[in-house]
Amino acid sequence: MNGAHDMGGVHGFGPVVQEENEPIFHADWEAKALVMTLSAGGGRWNIDMSRFARENSPPADYLARSYYEMWTYGLEKLMVESGMVTSEELAAARDGAHFEPVETPTFGPEKVERAMRSGGSARVDVDVAALFAPGQRVRATVNAPRTHTRCPQYVRGRTGVVDRDHGVFVFPDTHAHGGGPKPQHIYAVRFEATELWGSASQGGAVYVDLWDDYLELA
Amino acid sequence: MAPNQDPSPNHDHGHSHDHSHDHGHGHDHGEFSELSDIELRVRALESLLTEKGFVDPATLDALVQYHEEKIGPRNGAQVVAKAWTDPAYKTWLLSTDASAAIASVGFEGRQGEDMVVIENTDSVHNMVVCTLCSCYPWPVLGLPPVWYKSAPYRSRAVSEPRSVLTEFGTTIGDDVDVRVWDSTAELRYLVLPQRPAGTEGWSEEQLAEIVTRNSMIGTEIVAAR
Repeated sequence: MNGAHDMGGVHGFGPVVQEENEPIFHADWEAKALVMTLSAGGGRWNIDMSRFARENSPPADYLARSYYEMWTYGLEKLMVESGMVTSEELAAARDGAHFEPVETPTFGPEKVERAMRSGGSARVDVDVAALFAPGQRVRATVNAPRTHTRCPQYVRGRTGVVDRDHGVFVFPDTHAHGGGPKPQHIYAVRFEATELWGSASQGGAVYVDLWDDYLELA
Repeated sequence: MAPNQDPSPNHDHGHSHDHSHDHGHGHDHGEFSELSDIELRVRALESLLTEKGFVDPATLDALVQYHEEKIGPRNGAQVVAKAWTDPAYKTWLLSTDASAAIASVGFEGRQGEDMVVIENTDSVHNMVVCTLCSCYPWPVLGLPPVWYKSAPYRSRAVSEPRSVLTEFGTTIGDDVDVRVWDSTAELRYLVLPQRPAGTEGWSEEQLAEIVTRNSMIGTEIVAAR
């Protein structure tokens, strides 16, 4: 979607501010927002759905939220949309209500390290023909999906050169909306800064990972 | 649990935008009157999930601990130091088999399953960003700092990288190709910084000590110290 999250090239956000000796989490609730999103789904949602849940907000809301606030609102959305809980139950929980068990957790603490070390690669072991090859000039297609996409607005319609073929991966645009993995190649595409920003460019280039479905021959 | 935890609900989130957050400080929620709205929201989610049996609270604690203790930039620094001292390892690291090379040193997993290592040279300087969210190579760098996830960096890294580098105190020569990598997919990028002069004969441990997190993101270069 063309949401506020798609902020490459946007002006006005000011300087990069670094915090000295920044803690990993500023409060316990931040840590919980993260780890609940990572572990509570039980397979009801995938990472693409979770990203869409976080980014799918009116711009003013998205920009007003801190990072983990965004995760919290996204988790609530995932829990309700997946049918895990109802919004009434969420509201009741905020009012201090208590709930009866409906499941028994199977992911115990002893499984955490192994699970984190295996991760969950989006690479798909399937023989899919690559549509493009390193060295080819390609254009990111002009599009404006309201649904999840990982093609940033700042490259759409722009021409670049394929730097490398990363191989075959899950396609987020379908995977986020129940349309399956639609495995296809991802390429790192090099866009000259002048191509993206014209005379405002500071030189150099931006490399963007783009799927077959985002590209056409230039 | 978290070090330096600020108990006051009005803490600064550490990123630069100025407008009022919808925190609703000072609401009276009975026994929880000292908690902010967001803390209450998160606690409610935690109660709901644990009471209904969707998650084991001990698992949540173990996950938090993992993110605080098992992953972090000291991991990436080891990888870099090894690449600086072992040419065969460096070749492996820069190949399409980078994930295996990094795993061989003990680091792998979530948000680092498909690694790409990009090398800084005299003619190329690399910088990594995720304009769309906060994608970052957790196993080698840990969780990203707030600035990496915030609007200023996400918006400006791709359009004015040299200005951003200046804000980090980093100056790159005009003849150097500054390449900004936008992590739009699940490939996770690690910058292999240049080994600074004045470190000849150093051990891997000594070298790892000078490799900073920001040098592996690409906003700083490594200095011998």
